[in-house]
Amino acid sequence: MSDVRKRFGGVVALDGVDFEVHPGEVHALIGENGAGKSTLMKVLSGAHRPDGGQMSLGGRAYRPRGPEDARQQGVSMIYQELTLAPHLSVEQNVMLGREESVLTRLGVIRRGQTRELVRSALVRLGRSDIKLETLVSQLGPGDRQVVEITRALVGQARVVVLDEPTSSLGRNEITSLFDAIRRMRDDGVAVVYISHFLDEIQALCDRFTVLRDGRTVGGGEVQQTPANDMIEMMVGRTVDTLYPSAKRTPGPTVLDVSALQGRPRPRLASLELRRGEVLGIGGLVGAGRSELLRVLFGLNPIQSGQVRLAIGSSDSAPVELHGGPGKRLRQGIGYLSEDRKEEGLALRLPVAINATLSKLAKRKWLGRLGPISRRRIEKDTDVLRQRLAIQSTSAWQRVEQLSGGNQQKVALARLLHHDCDVLLLDEPTRGIDIGSKAEIYRLLNQITDRGVAVICVCSYIPELLGISDRVGVMHRGVLGSVRDAHEWTEHQILEEALVGPASEVC
Amino acid sequence: MNDQQHGSQLIIKKPRRGVHALLQLISPFLGLAIVVLIFSVLVPEYFLSSRNFETVAVQSVVVGLGAIGMTFVIISGGIDLSVGSVIALACTVTAWSLDKGASISVGILAGVGTGIACGLANGLAITFLRIAPFIVTLGMLGIARGLAKGISQQQPIRVDPEASAWFTSDWLLDKDWLLTAPAVWLMIVLALLSGFVLRHTAFGVYTVAIGSNEQTARLCGVPVRLMKVLIYALAGAFAGLAGVVLFGRLGLGDPTSAMGMELEIIAAVVIGGASLAGGEGRILGTFVGAIMLTLLRTGCNLYGTANYVQEILIGLIIVVAVSIDSLRQKRS
Repeated sequence: MSDVRKRFGGVVALDGVDFEVHPGEVHALIGENGAGKSTLMKVLSGAHRPDGGQMSLGGRAYRPRGPEDARQQGVSMIYQELTLAPHLSVEQNVMLGREESVLTRLGVIRRGQTRELVRSALVRLGRSDIKLETLVSQLGPGDRQVVEITRALVGQARVVVLDEPTSSLGRNEITSLFDAIRRMRDDGVAVVYISHFLDEIQALCDRFTVLRDGRTVGGGEVQQTPANDMIEMMVGRTVDTLYPSAKRTPGPTVLDVSALQGRPRPRLASLELRRGEVLGIGGLVGAGRSELLRVLFGLNPIQSGQVRLAIGSSDSAPVELHGGPGKRLRQGIGYLSEDRKEEGLALRLPVAINATLSKLAKRKWLGRLGPISRRRIEKDTDVLRQRLAIQSTSAWQRVEQLSGGNQQKVALARLLHHDCDVLLLDEPTRGIDIGSKAEIYRLLNQITDRGVAVICVCSYIPELLGISDRVGVMHRGVLGSVRDAHEWTEHQILEEALVGPASEVC
Repeated sequence: MNDQQHGSQLIIKKPRRGVHALLQLISPFLGLAIVVLIFSVLVPEYFLSSRNFETVAVQSVVVGLGAIGMTFVIISGGIDLSVGSVIALACTVTAWSLDKGASISVGILAGVGTGIACGLANGLAITFLRIAPFIVTLGMLGIARGLAKGISQQQPIRVDPEASAWFTSDWLLDKDWLLTAPAVWLMIVLALLSGFVLRHTAFGVYTVAIGSNEQTARLCGVPVRLMKVLIYALAGAFAGLAGVVLFGRLGLGDPTSAMGMELEIIAAVVIGGASLAGGEGRILGTFVGAIMLTLLRTGCNLYGTANYVQEILIGLIIVVAVSIDSLRQKRS
């Protein structure tokens, strides 16, 4: 692939990427979240068409018309969300869509042949222990990956792309998966391995390519490149000065989380959140950051550990948290989901309803059945619109007609309207324009001045450092120690996100 | 530590899965056994007679045939609410064609063809207009019923007994050398054949794959649209055949027959262990479910339970069967 370009609307996702992978090698593709790795692989596997650049496969020009065409030409993509049919057996999944070659004239599948094909592929991968009749729903995530790889092998794939295959696997499963990948490589398949985990890359891969901001910025032999240099290539930019740095003086602790374990994540998280501060949580997508917030908000169950909340006058005893989101809201905790379109907003309803939904009725119990004053809602909404500079024609405009940034502001407006003491924000600035971002940063300063405490999950490291007073990094479900923002460098955060806290390096 | 935890989780989960699978497999039989037991106690002298079992076998043919087709639809993740109306339409069309002097085979073809046409229309609307199966087949429920009433001018079509003798007696009456009526054998053979197709042909595997994970099926090159059209057409064919049998039982083409039968048919499939979420289902289970429901009806009749109570009972059973299904979904 050379000089591949792709843009989505106004956003340039790939801005001239060069990438090549040879038969019989495992090639790592690395880069920060949003560097363009996934987009590049979607171009390779035919899911997106490139706007420019050339691709060739085995010496011939390669222009896939779609994922199916790409598969037929020998490029197989194995996505994070696995694409298996859980109700079918291993054998049926591997052969799915390829039955034509093994049908009798009456359309009956020749079991003998399919069994032989699938079994020999499993043997090649060193996984003859996987039984052909087992339903995929009964396999663990690691074995499912192997089934996907088997499917690629049976389909005579020449290039196999694995997108973060280990994110949900345990140690043993990873070892066995790596073994299968190595065998596939030794069979002469070209393997592209996307991962955030540098230790895995060092254990498995032969060469690597680094993407940053949609460009190829480096690459080389894995064995000859120290992990540090790879990280340097991935970060390689200057800190923006977009973030209004406010002097904040944190007050007493409002939220005390100790040894919290959720189902399924986080595996371990402890933190103390104080009044009037922003606690930033960094880490990779999938490290368990969103799950931490969801557990705190009562959306996911607590497995073990304690969460204590001390809101109200200083002498009132801390309360232990239990129950669902409704209770949490009454206790003064607000949550902003990462997925505002699915979870955060009712897109077809007007701004006013969205902004006031969690506190539509001020009365309790039966009083809630009473009429809601449209005028009061409108008045409240107008105040909020002004305060957050929400661009809408009126309080009654539908949210779906607003821009992403304004939608996000409406979601935040609801939390403000609810008068929360603790805010849990999951990627509050994702996918919105620079102006709205600045507005949200300003708002964060405003509310922390009034003593609100904020936990903010944020993937973009400069932003994380820019808006937070203190920062902790999650790695594979474990929250590392929380330290003052100025004690961190970008490099350290990325390193901890990639390989875990210094004390736990594997 | 983590590995240990993982290990123990596996140990806990594995037998549970086995028990679940087993329960799912035998629960239709369990239901059947319970129904048989209850009525053997309540009305032993009639219920356990061979005469009654013959009646049950013949009566279950209509629901059973419809349910076989429905099994394919439900496994593929769809639903066909129009089946009752289509059965009535096929029944009416068969009567109408015989009334117009058609031969036996033309009468059968007319009934089955009507079913296939309705099924094709369902499938095409679902795949090419991209409307949810629920809505499309709800529409067909009204359309087919209306057509049946139109053809018959709102009156049951009475056919000359001689012309319909083959349907009403040859077909449905017991033959000593066959043990039971030919129609019952037809249902059994078709059920066996469907079970084989579901398990051992690409058509069957594709059906399960679409219901299990449609996206995957598409990605693997399964012709999803064509498959859906074929599945609904197949269900239509079964409904048409059920309509022909119904005509034999009634001896006339009644456009208001099989009212609400879609519920009974869907219930038979769900009792048989199919999941309304798709991907799961067994022909044998469906078969057992259909027989259980028929036994329940005749048992109630023998015991003298009022019709309305029967309807309440069947409604309750559907709710119970579906809630068992959704519980199972939640677990996994």
